[in-house]
Amino acid sequence: MAKRDYKPITKLSDLPEENRLVSGHRLCAGCGPAIVARLATLAVPDTPIVINATGCLEVGTTFYPYTSWSVPWAHVTFENAAAVASGVVETLDKLSKEGRAKDAPVIAFGGDGGTFDIGLQALSGALERGHRFLYICYDNETYANTGVQRSGATPFGAATTTTPAGRVIPGKQEWKKDLVGIVAAHHIPYAATSSIAYYRDFINKVRKALSQDGPSFIHVFAPCTFGWRFDTSQTIQMGKLIVETRIFPVFEIENGALKFNFKVPNPKPVEEYLKTQRRFAHLFKPENKNLIELIQKNTNENWERLLRIEAAGKIF
Amino acid sequence: MSFNKKYKEMEIGAVLPAATGLQFKTGDWRTERPIIDYQKCIECLICWSLCPDSAIKRKGTKVEINYDYCKGCGICSVECPVKAIRMEREEV
Amino acid sequence: MATLQETKQKMMEFTGDHAIAYGAKQAGIDFVAAYPITPQTVIVEKLSEYLADGMMNAKYINMESEHSAISAVIGAELAGARGFTATSSQGLALMFEELPVASGMRMPLVMAVAMRALSAPINIHCDHSDMLSVRDQGWVMMIAENAQEAYDQTIMSFKIAEDPSVQLPAMYGIDGFITTHNMENVYTLPDEMVSEYLGVRKPLYRLDPDNPMTFGPLALYDTYFEFRRQQHDAMMNAYEVTKEVFGSYEQMSGRKYTPLKNYMTDDAEVLIFAAASTVGTARLAVRKLREEGVKAGVSGVTLLRPFPVPEVMETFSNVKAVAVLERMASLGSPAGPHYMDLASAVYPQLDLRMYDFIYGLGGRDIDWTTIAQTAKTALSDAEHKRPNETRFLGVRE
Repeated sequence: MAKRDYKPITKLSDLPEENRLVSGHRLCAGCGPAIVARLATLAVPDTPIVINATGCLEVGTTFYPYTSWSVPWAHVTFENAAAVASGVVETLDKLSKEGRAKDAPVIAFGGDGGTFDIGLQALSGALERGHRFLYICYDNETYANTGVQRSGATPFGAATTTTPAGRVIPGKQEWKKDLVGIVAAHHIPYAATSSIAYYRDFINKVRKALSQDGPSFIHVFAPCTFGWRFDTSQTIQMGKLIVETRIFPVFEIENGALKFNFKVPNPKPVEEYLKTQRRFAHLFKPENKNLIELIQKNTNENWERLLRIEAAGKIF
Repeated sequence: MSFNKKYKEMEIGAVLPAATGLQFKTGDWRTERPIIDYQKCIECLICWSLCPDSAIKRKGTKVEINYDYCKGCGICSVECPVKAIRMEREEV
Repeated sequence: MATLQETKQKMMEFTGDHAIAYGAKQAGIDFVAAYPITPQTVIVEKLSEYLADGMMNAKYINMESEHSAISAVIGAELAGARGFTATSSQGLALMFEELPVASGMRMPLVMAVAMRALSAPINIHCDHSDMLSVRDQGWVMMIAENAQEAYDQTIMSFKIAEDPSVQLPAMYGIDGFITTHNMENVYTLPDEMVSEYLGVRKPLYRLDPDNPMTFGPLALYDTYFEFRRQQHDAMMNAYEVTKEVFGSYEQMSGRKYTPLKNYMTDDAEVLIFAAASTVGTARLAVRKLREEGVKAGVSGVTLLRPFPVPEVMETFSNVKAVAVLERMASLGSPAGPHYMDLASAVYPQLDLRMYDFIYGLGGRDIDWTTIAQTAKTALSDAEHKRPNETRFLGVRE
């Protein structure tokens, strides 16, 4: 396989001018995943091949006869982006050596539903087998495309259409699955979290991931203006707040060692974030005050846990 | 585009050539339009990179809103570091 | 017609599974996705041995489930590969989601099915319920009677599937354990002959950075229907292409395949219709019946999809009765899958009576005497103009 070595960029003008996710798609105004897909595919100069699981990104951008992709792109079904990508990567390796095809970096996109839940098996298999591709999970914390239902990535307390905030049950009662932990346990060369608000961090993580000699994984926080109920112009601000409250830690796991990218020395209280989205509005009722305390406690404990992992050096 | 095409005129397997989506203009989705004040613009390209719809045309470091597609989300206006973009209500 | 010696064919001793693996290797597959399930396991094991011994230039990936296996082959085909996989029973059932996808995306991958009973109860032995359950999903389907046919159909399936006027995935089935694990003589073609016959896959479209295309978009009510219509045409083309491939393969190998395998049908009054290894047993039954003066014949199905209506019409035109042997119970249906195919093909043009017999589920054996009896029953029922009723052979009732 041809070696790829993408150094970090310092200026946004280093990115290609020609868009790879073009205009005219049907994603919501202010869509977080759209920004993820745009920047991820622009991150490297080489034309990437994109494998997309079923979900908002796939449905919103390929509505026959319209497609918003100017790069090679394929969608098969919901749970198999990583399995399809495995087949693509190995085939390109063989065919490019025989002069029958041109090799290209392969990026698989899956939403949180298609990755945390239904796609977990295929992802695990692909990581274990060590194919050289990047899997990006764009996390809008719900099955957004089907109407904002709960997924394994939905945070505790969030109201979704299958975990509504009712009189008796105040939203989702389970905590967000630690997907990056599961991925790290596959001992792949590179795994990272990122938030679309920190676009330079995200772009450079994509570049670093695509320079690996094996599988890589990025879990990127991609706010959903429609699903979470906030103004379309606030997508990036949401991405900032979740990092500034330490709810979504941003770090890399490279060759088994975890390293924080943003230490967030003066974290904002979780309320600052929770109060901005209607999906958490019920938490601010007096009878649910303990839930916000629980979220703060869990956020703190998670942060401490990650600090201990970071201090332990090469642990995965 | 293909809505009127007969089945023999459509590509098998629903395969599509690149970027046919450009033919679908989403500009009529918006209720507000962003307007760049080029006196203030520092050509940082933040608006260009964050636009979910790739609706900001870029030439080198120069940017221009593409009103054919802009959905008026307002992200560019909020994120511009020098507040060079204002949102104006579209006329009905 | 070339002789075996002239075509330099070698006689090898293969189980059905091994014959398939050998055929796939010769077919120059670029990509194999493997997941084990009894009784297909030997196919993927043999392929991995070829790989480990440097005898096969293909990417061989051990996947973590059948669903992922077929997904990976679809991905490989999208990237331009000639792809292959094999499965059975529950594995095929798990793959079901991707079967219409492979067909709808027009990816000509080939899959061998070691036909095995579906759970529940869990059973590892032969019946046809796995493959026959997926007969509507837009795949070209063939059934092999023995290891020789399994080898031949492996090679022919690629030729048919990849034909520019077909571009549909293809599967072919062999009897689990009965054929998969039984050692038989198989005449194999020389490597170069197969390579020349199949060449390298030339995909119509593929994932290519120099020619970017979109595969698998959303198509709603205003566009979806036309794609299924296209697949219908492809399936109709597959009928002609299959017959052409049977012809060219005969030129190469000396073995003649036909959509229906007919034996003593020319003057038959009663036909036995069967699939896979049962066809061989039925031939014995027919010879015995003939000794008794019953004019019986066997029609075995080789090409299941597209269903060979012209051959059925021709074969069945002068018979009085047909005993249809089914190795699947299509529960709740008026009759079994073969019966329904046949009845739809011959009604209302032919004036004959067909009778359905379900046998061999879960690997229960069937012998020639039982088969012979079905022919007699069918003849007698036809004479008395009795309607069809679903009968089970060999069940403790």
